[in-house]
Amino acid sequence: MSALSVKNVNKRFGGLKALDNVNLEIDGGTVHAIIGPNGAGKSTLLNCFIGRLEPDTGSVTFNGQSLLGMAPHEINQAGVSRVFQTPEIFGDLSLIDNVMIPSFARRDGAFKINAWTPVRRNGPMAEKAMSMLEDVGLAAKADETAGHLSRGDKRRLELAMCLVQDPKLLLLDEPTAGMARADTNNTIDLMKTIAQRGVTMVVIEHDMHVVFSLAEKISVLAQGTVIAEDTPANIKGNPKVQEAYLGGAHL
Amino acid sequence: MFANTISKKDLALLAVFTAAVLAGPIILKPIGAGYPDLLQKFAIYGIFALGFNILFGLTGYLSFGHAAFLGVGSYTAVWTFKLLSMNPIPAIILATIAGGLFSALIGFISLRRSGIYFSILTLAFAQMSYNLAYSVLTPITNGETGLQLTQSDPRALDVAFGRDYGAVLPVSDLFGMEMQGYPGFYFCAVMLIVCFFISMRIYRSPFGMMLRAVKSNQNRLNFTGVHTRPYALTAFIISGMYAGLAGGLLAVTDPLAGAERMQWTASGEVVLMTILGGAGTLLGPVIGAGAIKYFENIFSAFNDGILMKIFSFLPEVLQHLAVSISSLFVGEGWHLTLGALFMVIVIFLPGGLMEGVTRLSNLFRKQPPDDRAGGTPHPAPAE
Repeated sequence: MSALSVKNVNKRFGGLKALDNVNLEIDGGTVHAIIGPNGAGKSTLLNCFIGRLEPDTGSVTFNGQSLLGMAPHEINQAGVSRVFQTPEIFGDLSLIDNVMIPSFARRDGAFKINAWTPVRRNGPMAEKAMSMLEDVGLAAKADETAGHLSRGDKRRLELAMCLVQDPKLLLLDEPTAGMARADTNNTIDLMKTIAQRGVTMVVIEHDMHVVFSLAEKISVLAQGTVIAEDTPANIKGNPKVQEAYLGGAHL
Repeated sequence: MFANTISKKDLALLAVFTAAVLAGPIILKPIGAGYPDLLQKFAIYGIFALGFNILFGLTGYLSFGHAAFLGVGSYTAVWTFKLLSMNPIPAIILATIAGGLFSALIGFISLRRSGIYFSILTLAFAQMSYNLAYSVLTPITNGETGLQLTQSDPRALDVAFGRDYGAVLPVSDLFGMEMQGYPGFYFCAVMLIVCFFISMRIYRSPFGMMLRAVKSNQNRLNFTGVHTRPYALTAFIISGMYAGLAGGLLAVTDPLAGAERMQWTASGEVVLMTILGGAGTLLGPVIGAGAIKYFENIFSAFNDGILMKIFSFLPEVLQHLAVSISSLFVGEGWHLTLGALFMVIVIFLPGGLMEGVTRLSNLFRKQPPDDRAGGTPHPAPAE
């Protein structure tokens, strides 16, 4: 049964048809990669999943519930978390606070006035946040200001911020861009462990090493349409895909 | 009740703060600020700035209309004196509630926008309130004259308890203790300490953490499952209640209320106090409020006669020149001094006076400067 179901989604920006009748079925508990050349509409598609954009027509349902018309915070509370292409973190706050905030958001819901008891720096919430930072290898920097991190570290922090919420669906927009090779491999290992926990993942990625080490299924997007959808092995040999990638030298 | 939830450091800070406020008359005497009228202003504007900082310092929403809530608090308090009782307690409770309700209304509308548009909306609302107080609301506000007590006020509760003020204009009194001079200051001081304590709880709480996250990255917070607007609105209402209380206390120590209290200059003043002291820090706004009220008091009291004496050591020609230049900066023109001071602080100490304190203490500890120490964030653009 598919967890995320995208049917006949169209999105226009003025004269540009960004998404042209996109259909996708993403199975629960799998890692699904979306690849395609720049400007193919990958990020636009992800924005339609989280309430940042509203498709002109079509439907997006998650576990049978329509995501269209829901506010971003409602979609997140339904179990969808996203890592952005440009890391979205709380730059003026410490790393540990960055991870505790999503944790509180999951515990307390979209809004709760919890103004009297202080944040416990050694309670279960802090411990959970700390173990997430350990998972992404940032525990040593827990008290540093997040804005001062390198781009790769910001990305791993953002991943920890999503993971602490135990998402049902994790959307990753180029999770390894800007990372050194060693960090990329660590991140791949981390994502594999997350996948083993049964989290459904949708990954947009340009790094084919990442795509082929993680994905169980790949959809190829070009000029706003899905031109192919198959297992990694079959995608490699698909002539349409190779054409879309101008010869597909790096496939 | 609090022992297990308040850290030792905070308890120490609260104790020092309490001691410093209560000993204010003694501590401030050497700099010529040890008299009750000025001390009352320190405490009252300290409360105003503490509340403003919960909105501006934590969420980054820069309101230019908080004087409206101060004014509403004052009017409410004076009406309470007139209708119910000269006891300050009902007056400040109702003033706080009125500030909260009024800020809920204005905040609900203004928070539909962020950044400069939010600031302009709050400014517009405050100026509207100011003009309304002068015009159509004259039956409530008594227009230009200002709302005053009269001998014929009903004072229902006082009458019910058999309290008769006779043929004189009454002053506010707490069970017989007149709220003027030092008793008036101590009443305000206790309120300041309570407000500081509440503010401290908010700062350390998950709610405070969310407010900081609103300032830092609202986008991320939305995609983290948090509905940001009610958080910002709650902060707005809390700061409005602080302003209402401060307005109420102004009326308690001097029972009249005028529309000029709501003017934009008064809104601007609390912004200056907060930034001067250090936005987003616990102590900063109180220090900023004290500094501005102190300098206002000192510099506005200067006149040409005093300046002549100061420069009397100079030859006569130079004396006149020095006096005519420096007189621009004192008396009515003391705002020039304030402006210059403000520029110096913002350029050299963007984190306000509290950043200065942190830098000094780092210097003494011989530690490398750490921009996170003391929790002084860099000023971020209004969100």
